[in-house]
Amino acid sequence: MLHLEPACLADRPSLSTAALPMAHAHHKPAPDLDQGTLSVPNEQRAMDEAQNHVIALAEKRGFPKASLFAVRLALHEAIMNAFRHGHKGLAPTVPVHVKFQVSDQHIDLTVEDQGPGFDPQDVPDPTLEENLERGSGRGLLLIRAYMSIVEYNAKGNALRMVYDKPGT
Amino acid sequence: MPSDSRIRVKRVENITQVEFLDRNILDEANIQLIGQEISQLVDAEASPRLLISFQGVEHLSSAALGALIAINNRVRNRSGQLRMANIDPQIYEVFVITRLNKLFNIHGTTDEAMKQFK
Repeated sequence: MLHLEPACLADRPSLSTAALPMAHAHHKPAPDLDQGTLSVPNEQRAMDEAQNHVIALAEKRGFPKASLFAVRLALHEAIMNAFRHGHKGLAPTVPVHVKFQVSDQHIDLTVEDQGPGFDPQDVPDPTLEENLERGSGRGLLLIRAYMSIVEYNAKGNALRMVYDKPGT
Repeated sequence: MPSDSRIRVKRVENITQVEFLDRNILDEANIQLIGQEISQLVDAEASPRLLISFQGVEHLSSAALGALIAINNRVRNRSGQLRMANIDPQIYEVFVITRLNKLFNIHGTTDEAMKQFK
């Protein structure tokens, strides 16, 4: 049932305008970035909430409907892959971490699992004729299609992906 | 259909029409349930003719695509026909990216799909 770790709530107030010195209060700029880390266990409601959280921030910053569709799908696929592959054999209560930075131009997301990591080269290309009817491998394909930057860390347990607002 | 069914089923001119009750087909457990329900429909006929309408569906995951591929294979193994219709343009793009638009018989509307059944 836990969705947001207290730690992630503590992350965001670093941008809180309340923390700004009084002298700056008269020209308090809107925060140019919403950021934080969500702790997501392998539970549908928690996954939905994490996606909804990021999508709401993107919507607030004027990302169009097509962007929200793309980012929701990419984030869903990344989280599912993290659980399905990264957390294979781990308890569903072991969370993956979703780090987000949402600005007016970009949505920068990292999904980090606590598994041993993997080599993305090992994922077969699902668009090849011989693989077209395979049941899996499409999540990463969709992520790559929609996001402008898609990269794994060296260990292979953290996927960073960036979406650029159209026209920026 | 069980009470927790995630689909609506109609028989029109010996064709089984399936619609989804959910706007988002992302939940793994739901997808599994949907796959089982449609598989039962396929298995109930010697030569199944199935039309899946995506009316009202806004989101679809790769797991849902996997379930559709399994259904497509099942229908083909029974020498049946599977057609799909009413796909939202954003979801159609997902079919294009994964090239499944080449594997599936996709039509604009239910009426158009109905006319193509042999």
